[in-house]
Amino acid sequence: MKTTSPVTILIAGIGATVITLAQNWKLSGFIFILIAGILFPLTASGVFTFQITQLLIYAIAIAGLNLLTGFNGQFSLGHSAFYAIGAYVSAILMTQFDMPFYLTIPFAAAVCFVFGFLFGLPALRLEGIYLALATFALAIATPQILKFKPIEHLTGGVQGLALFHMKPEAPFGLPLDQDQWTFYVTFAVTILMFFLAFSLVNSRSGRAMKAIRDNQIAAKVTGINLSLFKTLTFGVSALFTGVAGSLSALLIAFVAPDSFQITLAVAIFVGMVVGGVGWIPGAFLGALFILFVPNIAEHIAFGLAAFSDFVRGFIPFFPTIGEQSSKGLTGTVYGVFLILLIYVMPSGLAGLLRLAVQRLAQARG
Amino acid sequence: MTIKKYGMVPALALGFAVAMAGSASAQTPGVTDKEIKIGNINPYSGPASAYGTIGKSIAAYFKMVNAEGGIHGRMVNFISYDDSYSPPKALEQTRKLVEQDNVLLVFQPLGTPGNTAIQGYLNGKKVPQLFVATGATKWGDPKKFPWTMGWQPNYQSEGRIYADYILKNYPNAKIGILYQNDDYGKDYVKGLKDGLGAKAKTMIVSEQPYEVADPTVDSQIIALKASGADVFFNASTPKFAAQSIKKMAEIGWKPAHFLNQVSNSVGGVLKPAGFENAEGIFSTGYLKDQNDPQWKDDPGMKKWFAFMDKYYPEGDKTSSFNVYGYTVAQNLHKVLLAAGKNLTREGVMKAAANMKDLELDLLLPGIKVNTSPTDFYPIEQNQMMRFKGGKWEFFGPIISGEVRGS
Repeated sequence: MKTTSPVTILIAGIGATVITLAQNWKLSGFIFILIAGILFPLTASGVFTFQITQLLIYAIAIAGLNLLTGFNGQFSLGHSAFYAIGAYVSAILMTQFDMPFYLTIPFAAAVCFVFGFLFGLPALRLEGIYLALATFALAIATPQILKFKPIEHLTGGVQGLALFHMKPEAPFGLPLDQDQWTFYVTFAVTILMFFLAFSLVNSRSGRAMKAIRDNQIAAKVTGINLSLFKTLTFGVSALFTGVAGSLSALLIAFVAPDSFQITLAVAIFVGMVVGGVGWIPGAFLGALFILFVPNIAEHIAFGLAAFSDFVRGFIPFFPTIGEQSSKGLTGTVYGVFLILLIYVMPSGLAGLLRLAVQRLAQARG
Repeated sequence: MTIKKYGMVPALALGFAVAMAGSASAQTPGVTDKEIKIGNINPYSGPASAYGTIGKSIAAYFKMVNAEGGIHGRMVNFISYDDSYSPPKALEQTRKLVEQDNVLLVFQPLGTPGNTAIQGYLNGKKVPQLFVATGATKWGDPKKFPWTMGWQPNYQSEGRIYADYILKNYPNAKIGILYQNDDYGKDYVKGLKDGLGAKAKTMIVSEQPYEVADPTVDSQIIALKASGADVFFNASTPKFAAQSIKKMAEIGWKPAHFLNQVSNSVGGVLKPAGFENAEGIFSTGYLKDQNDPQWKDDPGMKKWFAFMDKYYPEGDKTSSFNVYGYTVAQNLHKVLLAAGKNLTREGVMKAAANMKDLELDLLLPGIKVNTSPTDFYPIEQNQMMRFKGGKWEFFGPIISGEVRGS
């Protein structure tokens, strides 16, 4: 097994990385990702670079939720709130205090950690679905709070804050456009955050987190401070998602309450489940799903309408969808995708990949 | 080996995509001898999906244009994507329209937040962001954003029209205000206060906000009555407007009632509230109401009904959104005709900025579209109207409530 990794672009990189890491080729995998990441924006179109940047941002947010749910057994349907706080901290520091974007990331991380930690305190008393409900309320309340009058001068109220005149250019006269530079910034932060995530789950603290997930009483018996670890995990999880939010403020260059509705919380949750609960690299697969599957569903819905019209040309009784109504079908197609996926792959794309790797290994003997 | 072989597939696919993108010709994006590509984003899903029918009626309109021979011999390819009313998604879809689909322009993107998210990008790329679907006041700023243009009369200018009327006809009024606590409601209140000027402080006796999530506005209406107001300015959305009209009748409060045009639908608001309760309400309008019997034999309205039957049969004929979609699409149609055979992005903006007394099928008689290189507010006229015997009666002159964006 000494073959070098293929030189290809990021998408393939994610797949290969998954296999690589599964077989514990840590270093070659890392070098591979680095090269792919550096080459990627130089070869891809602007809009594709933008999409992949968004993918990395979602992946960080999903990884944050996965630390909480997959490794600590606490549910959250409210991570859009931390994403929003991260985005707003960066946006407010940039617009009100003229701070350069890069400096705002640690602030966003810190603020979200504190918020997450504080929210983790009442969460201690809530288990399972009750916690899910409480966090759901958080996701609903956050866009409202952002419009709250006394803080309107900071948040811009319902109009939000536009940042496109403050988007940083590439430094040192590097010949990169804003898309490429934004990608590199996001890419670097992504590497850092995933390095932290991997280190955390493989550390002593990570084992404590998992022990709490698996059996709270047993964990307590071994001397783990349950409340401390649970609240800390909440904080760290919020920190990850907040960093993602902060990067999204850079990418979209606009923050508004409408960007952080409950649909975002659901998307992060779906991304975690699809990618695989309790498996860090699954975050990339989950991000891939929530970013691209709605777009694919839109095309399929349109195709379905055209198909029904086509068949109706031959069979008069065939139900027609109507070209204009196909727009309303997108959500349905997306839902069908999701149901099929969960049905076929109950442990997410992660389970499927692991199965594939296993089979591959068996076939090779 | 297996990994190596399959690893090449995405690389090849990507290389192909890049090559495709690179092969776009040097001429105007989105325009060939046979086709004009027009991009659009609309919330077909999510919290604002009720507006989705606007995008559908526009698509149906261009189907009609194509069936009738297109624009200067070119067929319109109307590409509309769903943004779920989410600003990040709006930006992603807009970038797809501009960079992948190579559209000539982005038309009627819907919603204030989504349009704010894409405004910087489109102006940076010099792609027209034409006739945005929002009533906010900030869309006509050609100095800062020469590629962005609004369309519908904005909320502030409407608020001003009521203020002028109140000052003339009720100089000693005590005004009570009900408004939705967001940018839309606040824009209306600002327009009214600006119009009242220095007298706003003494004339306005009570301001009652409500949240979109509130179940009713009963308590606000009771508070307004208690304030002793004899003029009522009602800046609420249809559901709350109907509630307030009913509640007013119930508690016997009969002020001069000024209802914002967002909620002046006969079928959607006044009928459910009860015609007898709605008698005498003032409002303004710029579009003909297809549910109002007085337009039954109007040629423009007849065209619209024929259009709905033929090109959008599954659409709701009582929805004012479909009237709106048809009218704004017709406006773009006329702009593209005026821009001539030799289409460029600059040419389209120039044509859009030089509309003179343009008339459209479903605009109220006398209301015309006017723009200039320094005036990016196409429709600024409204007409006062009063509800009488189950329909709106227009009175007075066509009023211009010109407001410049801040």
